Amino acid sequence: MTRSKHIYLILLLTLLATFSSCHQDEDIIPSVQEKVTSPEQTAQIKGFYVLNEGSMGSNKCTLDYFDYTTGIYSRNIFAERNPGVVQELGDVGNDISIYGNKLYAVVNCSHFVEVMDARTARHITQISIPNCRNIVFDGPYAYVSSYAGPVLIDPNARLGYVARIDTATLQVVDSCTVGYQPEQMAVMNGKLYVANSGGYRAPNYDSRVSVINLNTFQHEKDIDVAINLHRMVSDKKRGKIYVSSRGNYAETGSDIYVIDASSDNVVGSLSVPCSSMTLSGDSLYIVSSEWNNASASYKTTFAIYDVARGQLLPHSFITDGSETSIDKPYGLAVNPENGDILVTDAADYITPGTLRCYDKRGALRWKVMTGDIPSSIAFSPFSAK
Amino acid sequence: MRKRTFPHLLLSALICLTAHQGGLFASEGNNDGLTMEEVFILNDSVALDEVVVTAEHTAREVAPVQQMQGKQLERLAVHSVADALRYYSGIQIKDYGGIGGLKTVNVRSMGSQHVGIFFDGVQLGNAQNGTIDLGRYSLDNMESIALYNGQKSSILQSAKDYASASAVYMRTRKPSFLSTRRNNWNIGLKAGSFDTYNPSLLWEHRIDSTTSSSISAEWLTTSGRYPFTLQKRDGYDTTMVRRNGDVDALRMEAALFGHSTRTDWRAKAYFYNSERGYPGAVVRESPGQLSHQDRQWDTNAFVQGSLRYDASSHYTLQTLAKYAYDYLHYLSDPRLDVSTMYIDNHFRQQEAYVSATHLFTLTPWISLSAATDLQYNTLDADLTDFVFPSRLTALASAATSVDWQRFRFLGSMLFTHVDESTRLQSAQRGTFNRLTPTLIASWKPFEQTEWNLRALYKKIFRMPTLNDLYYTFIGNVNLKPEYTTQYNLGTTYALKPTEGILRRLEIQTDVYYNTVKDKIIAMPTSNQFRWTMINLGYVEIKGIDVALQTDWMTEFVGHALRLTYTFQQAKDMTDPQSPWYGGQIPYIPWNSGSVVYSGDWNKWAWNVSFIYTGERYESVANITENHSQPWYTTDLSLSRTFGIRSFALRSTLEVNNLFNQQYEVVQCYPMPGINGRIKLNLII
Repeated sequence: MTRSKHIYLILLLTLLATFSSCHQDEDIIPSVQEKVTSPEQTAQIKGFYVLNEGSMGSNKCTLDYFDYTTGIYSRNIFAERNPGVVQELGDVGNDISIYGNKLYAVVNCSHFVEVMDARTARHITQISIPNCRNIVFDGPYAYVSSYAGPVLIDPNARLGYVARIDTATLQVVDSCTVGYQPEQMAVMNGKLYVANSGGYRAPNYDSRVSVINLNTFQHEKDIDVAINLHRMVSDKKRGKIYVSSRGNYAETGSDIYVIDASSDNVVGSLSVPCSSMTLSGDSLYIVSSEWNNASASYKTTFAIYDVARGQLLPHSFITDGSETSIDKPYGLAVNPENGDILVTDAADYITPGTLRCYDKRGALRWKVMTGDIPSSIAFSPFSAK
Repeated sequence: MRKRTFPHLLLSALICLTAHQGGLFASEGNNDGLTMEEVFILNDSVALDEVVVTAEHTAREVAPVQQMQGKQLERLAVHSVADALRYYSGIQIKDYGGIGGLKTVNVRSMGSQHVGIFFDGVQLGNAQNGTIDLGRYSLDNMESIALYNGQKSSILQSAKDYASASAVYMRTRKPSFLSTRRNNWNIGLKAGSFDTYNPSLLWEHRIDSTTSSSISAEWLTTSGRYPFTLQKRDGYDTTMVRRNGDVDALRMEAALFGHSTRTDWRAKAYFYNSERGYPGAVVRESPGQLSHQDRQWDTNAFVQGSLRYDASSHYTLQTLAKYAYDYLHYLSDPRLDVSTMYIDNHFRQQEAYVSATHLFTLTPWISLSAATDLQYNTLDADLTDFVFPSRLTALASAATSVDWQRFRFLGSMLFTHVDESTRLQSAQRGTFNRLTPTLIASWKPFEQTEWNLRALYKKIFRMPTLNDLYYTFIGNVNLKPEYTTQYNLGTTYALKPTEGILRRLEIQTDVYYNTVKDKIIAMPTSNQFRWTMINLGYVEIKGIDVALQTDWMTEFVGHALRLTYTFQQAKDMTDPQSPWYGGQIPYIPWNSGSVVYSGDWNKWAWNVSFIYTGERYESVANITENHSQPWYTTDLSLSRTFGIRSFALRSTLEVNNLFNQQYEVVQCYPMPGINGRIKLNLII
């Protein structure tokens, strides 16, 4: 009996030792370099950052960088460059921008703005703003929209706010209450225009653009536009604000409305659906991916609107027929220097997306795999280190 | 309020004269089989032979089955049914961590909504989202847990038993009394890590020679505050504490059991009430800025009964009836957590179910059966624009069993009719009718050797859930059912020597090929906060399940060893144009397995159990970013029984995750590290 008992004991201990000894530490996920095009001599813009949202609750917001001088696309650079930052960039990166020599990423479900060195993408600090959405800059300040305004009596009627950040101290210095679930903003004539969506209150969407006087940082007035406002672009040359409405995803479709900033009146609409838009010169580039429940399909749009003549061009900004390969156009940016049109494709939102670079004539130059849900792009004047 | 509801339900149960359904043993069809009374004695402390029933049992089964019995389950040192199912092959448990975290079971990668969960012979329903949280069913008072691939290979069963791709049968203890005893008591107290306390009570009473009753209750409370470590090599290393994972749950069951020469019946009332916090995904946040405060309240209550009547040697009738009420309240309040969206939703589900099965034994080797089931579900919710759906499901099955020499064949056809109605006419769907088949065969090549070959083919579907169809904004009324097709080839071998060291050897191996067609998946619409459900998805699954069980006897010491191994290749074959075409579907490891060793000597009993889950991906994009490390946990338990006059005191010490492995089953939901429990049971 003793002998067999010993055998069992030894067997058992060996077994346990084997099981316990082979636990591996996880590695920091390394970035991946991919040469996507030939190097290009550029004057001002040396490259651009792409922020990938990552699916909500997956903590998979990632940062990519494209370097014009080498033609190399580097995927997922934040983790590698910031090994000490616990849980990397965070959850749902909604907006990215460069101001001065700093790179700002608005990480929605991590509830902060991550501030990095624009040259190296190294962490400088994080500015806590719950449920933050978008960022714009003016003078010494950054303005960040947030869903999380004060809760009054009805928790279901909770206004959003705009936080004012001093870009020198990187501290929130003031805040101003706006409408429900504010999204993008634009600065014009010393005023901040804020698109309110009311997305949490569906089907009772908000339909106002809030106007904040930047001298006093007080809410000045509201402009009634259309339900579920989202994107906002300013045409400073002509004093116009373009604001998109997402509609109600059913009988009311998406559209873009024009506000005349001199009178703060709505002066027209473009009759074009919009997921994302950007202004370059006199051209307003628009992409859209609209789901239709009845037909169970998406309708995609790649349009250009001539803001000088107030006309929608009859053709898509993609001219080589490759737009059919874009599953769900999501983010959009145009390089002001060489006219490159960058279109991101969010695909199924749970696997990596794609970035396509078109030349200014609308022919595909290159494409590359990104992180999950590539959303926003920031052009960088710095050579990356 | 909870106190008022329970006696009411109990009363309903007592009035409702319903009955004992053919369980695992009765379901053997038409013949003998040991009864539970013979094999399981409540007060008996040590005897490995009790579990041996499994051997003969599984060897005779035609469809692949794995089963664990009360004593085995008890020794596993785990809390819930979900935890125990991890030791079965072909299974993946999705576990959001801690006692309160949702735990669902996925059999052979077909998806958790394809697994029928049966509680004392009647299916647990959730028309709203189609999943059952097995973390809420504790092993206290559980007599056996069986997993069937395809379906239970009996033909005396309700039409619903044919209606899922695989099925888990949980069976609670049926009272049994030693000699002249009239009462059995088992008073338990568990206390463990993370402020966990879990007192329980079981009272079994013999009313007369044909009728007995049982009352079982338990209360569970835990703070769910466990530490976890996030760590990267040459990078960050931090330890945090899981918060808002508290649970407060009360379970009460009352049952009546009766039998006479020709009838066997059982009636049961079940009540579960809980409040829990939702700790949420662990994502990067500014430290100390926010705290998750989401809460959920649940009430689940049902009454059910079954009756089996053996009219003659040629005809048997089985009837089932059930009424269930489920309430769910979810609260996310920005006044408590500034970052959150306000959600305050109440969902109420009701289910009524009746079933009748007729079994005709034509000759000793051929029998036929017909079953008809009727089920009615309603869902109420205070969602905006909610359509208040109700669903009527009528099921009819016809089955035959042929037992000829060493050949056994089972064939069944299931007819499903579904009719839904909504308060809003425009959301109305048409009726749905479908006929689906199952064929199962087994062959024993040699009379003297317990070696069997078996084959299974089954085609079945799951209906879109009421959430899939009608959830405001997300639901899509145009959804079709999701189909699975299974092909299985297997072999079983059993050996049961009456002398020597080896007392039992049982091995089963199955290879299978499954497909899932028109898989219902969530699809983003215009942004990531708005999704809809669509039928898009085709998955091909190839796998091997192996299970081995042996018992050994060395003089005074008994040993039992159970091994399982699973290989699965589950490929997403939806879109050949996709760069991720052919990728392994999320959370399915290629390799997984378990080892359970238990033994006893004198009044001591011990158990060591080990689980391995190999590498897998969190997305069908099988890239480094989505790679998930293998994990393996080791659990220990040691117990001693003290006999004090006419009662017994059993004390147990349990250690889970002995090597403090830090791991995640679901991305961003860390699991607890090492934790322990002490258990005391007073058995009278």
